[in-house]
Amino acid sequence: MTGLTRGSARPNQWLRNLNAKIASVPMILTAMVIFVGGTAWTVVYSFTNSKLLPRLAFVGFDQYERLWAAPRWLVSIQNLAVFGCLSLVFSLVIGFVLAALMDQKIRFENTFRTIMLYPFALSFIVTGLVWQWLLNPQYGVQSIVRSLGWTSFSFDPLYNSNIVIYGILIAALWQGTGLVMCLMLAGLRGIDEDIWKAARVDGIPMWKTYLLIIIPMMRGVFITTLVIIASGIVKVYDLVVAQTSGGPGIASEVPAKYVYDYMFQAQNLGQGFAASTMMLVTVAIIIVPWAYLEFGGGRKRG
Amino acid sequence: MDNIANNSMAAAYETAPGLVAGPRGRKPRRTLSRRNIIVYGTLIVVALYYLLPLYVMVVTSLKGMPEIRVGNIFAPPLEITFEPWVKAWAEACTGLNCDGLSRGFWNSVRITVPSVIISIAIASVNGYALANWRFKGADLFFTILIVGAFIPYQVMIYPIVIVLREMGVYGTLTGLIIVHTIFGMPILTLLFRNYFAGLPEELFKAARVDGAGFWTIYFKIMLPMSLPIFVVAMILQVTGIWNDFLFGVVFTRPEYYPMTVQLNNIVNSVQGVKEYNVNMAATILTGLVPLTVYFVSGRLFVRGIAAGAVKG
Repeated sequence: MTGLTRGSARPNQWLRNLNAKIASVPMILTAMVIFVGGTAWTVVYSFTNSKLLPRLAFVGFDQYERLWAAPRWLVSIQNLAVFGCLSLVFSLVIGFVLAALMDQKIRFENTFRTIMLYPFALSFIVTGLVWQWLLNPQYGVQSIVRSLGWTSFSFDPLYNSNIVIYGILIAALWQGTGLVMCLMLAGLRGIDEDIWKAARVDGIPMWKTYLLIIIPMMRGVFITTLVIIASGIVKVYDLVVAQTSGGPGIASEVPAKYVYDYMFQAQNLGQGFAASTMMLVTVAIIIVPWAYLEFGGGRKRG
Repeated sequence: MDNIANNSMAAAYETAPGLVAGPRGRKPRRTLSRRNIIVYGTLIVVALYYLLPLYVMVVTSLKGMPEIRVGNIFAPPLEITFEPWVKAWAEACTGLNCDGLSRGFWNSVRITVPSVIISIAIASVNGYALANWRFKGADLFFTILIVGAFIPYQVMIYPIVIVLREMGVYGTLTGLIIVHTIFGMPILTLLFRNYFAGLPEELFKAARVDGAGFWTIYFKIMLPMSLPIFVVAMILQVTGIWNDFLFGVVFTRPEYYPMTVQLNNIVNSVQGVKEYNVNMAATILTGLVPLTVYFVSGRLFVRGIAAGAVKG
């Protein structure tokens, strides 16, 4: 393709492909101004003592020291770690098991898939509010089990600060496992039928075939799914706002909410910037190795 | 038919392990085999779990408050009332306004329609330029764009506030439309670039030989051939923008709040008695647009998220 355009000898380097360059202006602006510029701006200002307005008065790592001394931030990080690990494990396992079941040449596959995926079309706010209602101890699951006769039954995750994060996890899994199932199913469909036949010939039991042959073959799908879930987990915000608003107390706070509250409510911009920079670092830790595996390391470029 | 044949094949394998080609032809199918019971049983239980919240939402929204206080959330309504729906749509209070979700609904429409059109228009031309009119350095910007999609929004929110304020559109619908267009860029550009790159190269070359230029090729050749990918992009954008909460809260003033933000304010407002039936009606109303898109588009929705997710 480039050969074609290079062939026509235009006098000016810059005027070549002018239309394509004009068409790419929004992309270049977004990439450079918003993604690179915006990120750099936030990182720089995270080293200042900006309060109500951004000010370039550098204070070194003060904001970070304050951040890591703040109980609310520590709770947020802890929640993110628990929520993140569990939702990664559960959505991968549940998603894969569902995909494996769906791959058994079943009838009504479309119906099942539709039912499992529809929560994904809903916003986190809607998801959060529905589960807030279902987990309401006065009317929801707890009251129903109690009305069946087990009067001491207690299940009030959203009102118990020790387990509130699991209440959010339930809603998150309801919303997201359908997507994982779809990705896994696509991965399973991409595996050659002959592999199955060969495994059967060798008399390998089905679960062993999945564990030792199919899953290793689906490494790519797993990694992609993992990256998608993980980068979503770091951003989790709406769901918490809708379900608990961070409560009870500060028990279900998450980093994204910390950032928002300090930037727009507490008007402590420096803290907000420092916290969001920490989020950036977290994502970078997840993304960089993946990007290297996917695009670098001598493999063909996507 | 194919399914049935395959099924009996699978069953044959199970009963006779080690046999490469099982007995062909019709074997009386055992519908109640152990395997079927496990597979379908699990799937049905799982499906019920996924459907339960939807059921509870609908049922609750059709009950009166007295019935909610005495009954359990799974019980069907004894007396169906649509009053909660009317109230959610037209009367529920958010802050000072008591005109229900209708305001948020129209705000969301006014945000979603232009955002979808503008972002798709820009990204499709951009994807086309990247696929067919490569110029030096383009790939670098594209890589930055894709990597940028993973950066948490929180990192970029404040600089965008400043940019929008400088442009004089902070707090308005225009500002929010710009933000949605910006954050739609990575996935949409990727989607269109990959699609256009997959079209036969000869088409493009032939058009070039015939003297067609950048825009002529785009409008006369590329556009008519890429309806499917436009639909996929539209589904992605409509559901994504409609469901957005964070940008709506950050970049608009209360009178311009989109529906999701308003919904959260209605349900999670501190004062007053909690009207669970109105809340659930409001929740369904907010979910109705993406759900409709999902059910109508079916397979295309799956393709959309796969295209947007797998390579994003």
